[in-house]
Amino acid sequence: MNAPLPEAAARSALDRGRRQAEVTAALADVLPAHALLWHREDTVPYECDGLTAYREQPLVVALPETEAQVAAVLRACHRLGVPVVARGAGTGLSGGALPNPLGVTLSLAKFNRIVAINRLARTATVQCGVRNLAISEAAAPYGLFYAPDPSSQIACTIGGNVAENSGGVHCLKYGLTLHNVLKVRGFTVEGEAVEFGADGLDAAGLDLLAVVIGSEGMLAVAFEVTVKLLPKPTVARCIMASFADVRHAGDAVAAIIAAGIIPAGLEMMDRPMTAAVEGFVHAGYDLDAAAILLCESDGTAAEVEHESARMVAVLQAAGATRIEASENEAQRLRFWSGRKNAFPASGRISPDYMCMDSTIPRRCLADMLIAIAAMEAKHGLRCVNVFHAGDGNLHPLILFDANEPDQLHRAELFGAEILETSIAMGGTVTGEHGVGVEKLSSMCVQFSAAEREQMLALKRAFDPAGTLNPGKVIPSLARCAEYGHMHVKRGVLAFPELPRF
Amino acid sequence: MAARVRDASRSGRALCIRGGGSKDFYGELAAGDVLDTRSLDGPAEHEPTELVVTAPAGMSLAALEAQLAEHGQCLAFEPPHFGAGSTVGGMVAAGLSGPSRSAAGSVRDHLLGVVLMNSSGELMRFGGRVIKNVAGYDVSRVIAGSLGILGVVVEVSLKVLPKAEAEATLRFDLKPKDALDRLHAWGSRPLPLDASAWWNGNLVVRLRGSVAAVREGRAEVGGDAIDDSAAAPFWRDLRDHRDAFFVAARDAIDHQDAALWRLSLPATAPLLGLAGDELIEWHGAQRWLATPIAAEAVRAAAAAVGGHATLFRGRDKSAGVFAPLSPPLLAIHQRLKQAFDPKGVFNPGRLYPGL
Repeated sequence: MNAPLPEAAARSALDRGRRQAEVTAALADVLPAHALLWHREDTVPYECDGLTAYREQPLVVALPETEAQVAAVLRACHRLGVPVVARGAGTGLSGGALPNPLGVTLSLAKFNRIVAINRLARTATVQCGVRNLAISEAAAPYGLFYAPDPSSQIACTIGGNVAENSGGVHCLKYGLTLHNVLKVRGFTVEGEAVEFGADGLDAAGLDLLAVVIGSEGMLAVAFEVTVKLLPKPTVARCIMASFADVRHAGDAVAAIIAAGIIPAGLEMMDRPMTAAVEGFVHAGYDLDAAAILLCESDGTAAEVEHESARMVAVLQAAGATRIEASENEAQRLRFWSGRKNAFPASGRISPDYMCMDSTIPRRCLADMLIAIAAMEAKHGLRCVNVFHAGDGNLHPLILFDANEPDQLHRAELFGAEILETSIAMGGTVTGEHGVGVEKLSSMCVQFSAAEREQMLALKRAFDPAGTLNPGKVIPSLARCAEYGHMHVKRGVLAFPELPRF
Repeated sequence: MAARVRDASRSGRALCIRGGGSKDFYGELAAGDVLDTRSLDGPAEHEPTELVVTAPAGMSLAALEAQLAEHGQCLAFEPPHFGAGSTVGGMVAAGLSGPSRSAAGSVRDHLLGVVLMNSSGELMRFGGRVIKNVAGYDVSRVIAGSLGILGVVVEVSLKVLPKAEAEATLRFDLKPKDALDRLHAWGSRPLPLDASAWWNGNLVVRLRGSVAAVREGRAEVGGDAIDDSAAAPFWRDLRDHRDAFFVAARDAIDHQDAALWRLSLPATAPLLGLAGDELIEWHGAQRWLATPIAAEAVRAAAAAVGGHATLFRGRDKSAGVFAPLSPPLLAIHQRLKQAFDPKGVFNPGRLYPGL
């Protein structure tokens, strides 16, 4: 016998049902039947993105197939006041594509066409659903590549990269998405066609391209992106250096930069992460090292010869206990294989993990690793670390078992402490994964009320009705006020994952 | 300064935010009582191993670059010094980059964070001091090139880079179309092509990078080597608009009803064939045109190839300085202005009328 639903819940379910019928009817006018999903079993795959701890059932999932349909969906939703959450491949790690329970998830995954590659101008114009790696693959026959290489690049879309201002191992030398995009053509929340940036190097007026990139789907919907392509470097060499002390490794990173070298990539793994990845890829990593640096040089053969020699000299002077330089492409890829497989390797040694993302000044890397070791003892959980050491962007992976009572909670406390330590060291709460929903509370700590209010006002300038991906990125004043009340001493917030409002 | 800003907000009197005044000529007419930012002076905090410098807005650009040079670092986007008193804040607000821009990136590409004073006199900090930072909207980067209409820039954090190990300047006798073809062909090669300028039958290019790259690059591109004693002043004068083309352009403005236009085009756009004197930079992406022809003709020609034209310097600005915005962009601009400067006190009308 089913217990009767409380009256409010029953009424709310009825309202939701009515709203769903209204929205599906409106969208059925502009989309073919197969492009509109609303039955639960069909929309389950859209209930979360890469941040699987947060799930929400969308009202409707729309999968348009033409540009005109995208505009029509946006117009219809705007007319009805329905929230719209754009979604690419759903690989985001901060919940940027988490559905709105009364909203439409607008999937752009079908737009996977490479529209044009201009080899003379060294640009590619691609639809928003094209995978990051697919751009470089298409450019390869021309000796060109698209530089930003987030680790998810085999799956993530360029539209998502634009939303998050994605980086990757090579962004130290080649820049972020921001530095490699010329133009974004798309739609306002009202479904009006709009273009940010230009085919040239700048556009008239305020630099709105710069604010749209990294806006996490809150300001506009990207439909087509024009990116810069670069000539592929002739040669690349990876140098792997072991250090007996994390402080030596941290100092080595600073020394590389102080020597005037900008490596193509400069990554660090700590001992536990090295052990995890060695067990996964068997690349011959030094299991005795307290930290391993991967330092890459690319360019012409003569440049790489000279630069890698300089790198080796700096690493030796910084106290490296072992140095190996790749002698061929296969070896280079093997050196990188562990770093690139940090996530799956961690998944092998722990039932669950929470991947953190923040940035600190480079010089604080060693201090942060030492602080994290102390947090391991305090929270009773292991944490393995990879760093984009070259730009101070860290990815601690907190290992836990969600089946054990309390471990998820302890992992979240551990994570919050890492973020607040990052701010205290002069860094930021998100280096590349974005704020989404995951970092909303941390935004209360990093920004003042005036700053948050200004960013909310900027959002309103693009989306006065507030229906494009509402509730993400910038916390409301009320949310921060409550976080402040619960914020005891070191930012210990019980159950931070529960929505408060 | 906060008090002056609050007074202006209360009274509704416009403020003209001004550093060294080196870019008074640029943009629409400046109106309002001068708010002199040179009081916001002081040394910069430079962390060479962090590749970041944080400088007060009133610091002189020359002083900042000298401080960076002490550690062999620089602003890679090579900002112009149009006057001796150019300030760091003015550099960011004007958003103008120099000869190396197409290789090294723009002002905005190197801007990590700003401290802005709003119309209530409050300080707001956006961005930070690290390059990997996606917390919140990229407000700091939209300040670059905003000509002060969104608030008073009080402090900026910029990414800095080591000065290049080696450099070479080479000259070629080329017609403009051949110069562009050559530049585009070189662009797909692994050459350290940093800057280029074509004018009056001469193409001058600068290679910058590692010793090996510049040596190999010189061997590949050829041309007549220009000694550093002549090359350095050449690029500096080009950067600062003191070389012969720009001097002649100012003369034409003063005596011949001409205007100096800045055309921002796709680098591979064909020659526009407009009447006047033309200097081409950024491998074709920035083209300067000193001409008396009507604004509509210049704008239409730029738009036809996917670019836009700015009336960079001229006596008659009645046709507007910056290219008109599409209706959705204009609406966003108007609402952004409202969001940042609801009283309209900061450099009103400097970018576009009404903003």
